[in-house]
Amino acid sequence: MEIVNTKHVQEVITSFANKDVYIHLETTNGSYATHFNENFLNAGAFMRNIVLNFELGKIVGDSPHRVGLKLPAGWVYAQGITHYEVDDLGRLLLAGLDHEGKLAVALHISETPFT
Amino acid sequence: MIEKERHVLIILPHPDDEAFGISGSIAAYRNMGVPVTYACLTLGEMGRNLGEPPVATRETLPEIRKAELIKSCEAMGLEDLRMLGFRDKTLEFEDDEEMVKLVEDLIEDTNPSLVISFYPRYSVHPDHEATARAVVSAIRRMKEDERPKLYAVAFANNTEAELGMPDVIHDVQDTIENKLNSLRAHISQTVWMMKETEDKLAQNDPEIKKWLRYERFYAYKWDMDFK
Repeated sequence: MEIVNTKHVQEVITSFANKDVYIHLETTNGSYATHFNENFLNAGAFMRNIVLNFELGKIVGDSPHRVGLKLPAGWVYAQGITHYEVDDLGRLLLAGLDHEGKLAVALHISETPFT
Repeated sequence: MIEKERHVLIILPHPDDEAFGISGSIAAYRNMGVPVTYACLTLGEMGRNLGEPPVATRETLPEIRKAELIKSCEAMGLEDLRMLGFRDKTLEFEDDEEMVKLVEDLIEDTNPSLVISFYPRYSVHPDHEATARAVVSAIRRMKEDERPKLYAVAFANNTEAELGMPDVIHDVQDTIENKLNSLRAHISQTVWMMKETEDKLAQNDPEIKKWLRYERFYAYKWDMDFK
């Protein structure tokens, strides 16, 4: 993965607009967050292979970026995005890696299901 | 002193769960000629560590971790590795009865004299807990005189206060290189920790040598069963 190039990422997001696409969306603090700090509320969310069709998608802000997808009757967004890759299957993999390189957030968009 | 066994069955959810506190024992059993089966339930798909520098993506991580797991098993001399195909961080949401059945089938197939897994309520990660509950439930259903021994790894912050000190301690001095190679095999997950460990080893740090040398388990306390 590379540091986000907003122009390139915006082009790829736009290429997925108005198509049925598969989404992976995840936020995480890791499963040991409360083990290391008992006062920490370990919260996160995960969805994989959810199919949706968005009409407008944008990446905004300086790094870490925010990415939002506007649906006919709803929204998807992720914040904290720092890295990206368009993999060999043409999928857009957006990730937020913290200062140690640990993943904190991921938003993937694909025309085919994730395995 | 590590007792000789008929067959050892290891049941853990993530590639690398074996490396930190069991790999030296596994290598020791293999050196004694004891067959060891390792059932690894997931491929650690949800690991936060993608390597340093990041060599993996969320989508390539499972293949990388699978290769690391195979390499770790080679380092321990373990030949019967079974990758069971569940997804990381979802085990507690599976049907509980099916998870118990899975363990029952593994026990029936391998007829172990010893099972090694996590200790329910003291193993922190939800997948460790789900695995531990399934393992204990499956063994509890067996007739007492037919049950394999169960050694469990516990590391929650309240472990020693509630369970006391570990009562099964394996000195794995003779297989420490196998253990280090198991840890090194899982490089995408251990790169930070191994750098520190190798530095300390180079300085002959007594704490790290002790941590590597002694593997600590609790024989499951059936008289304080979690259920």
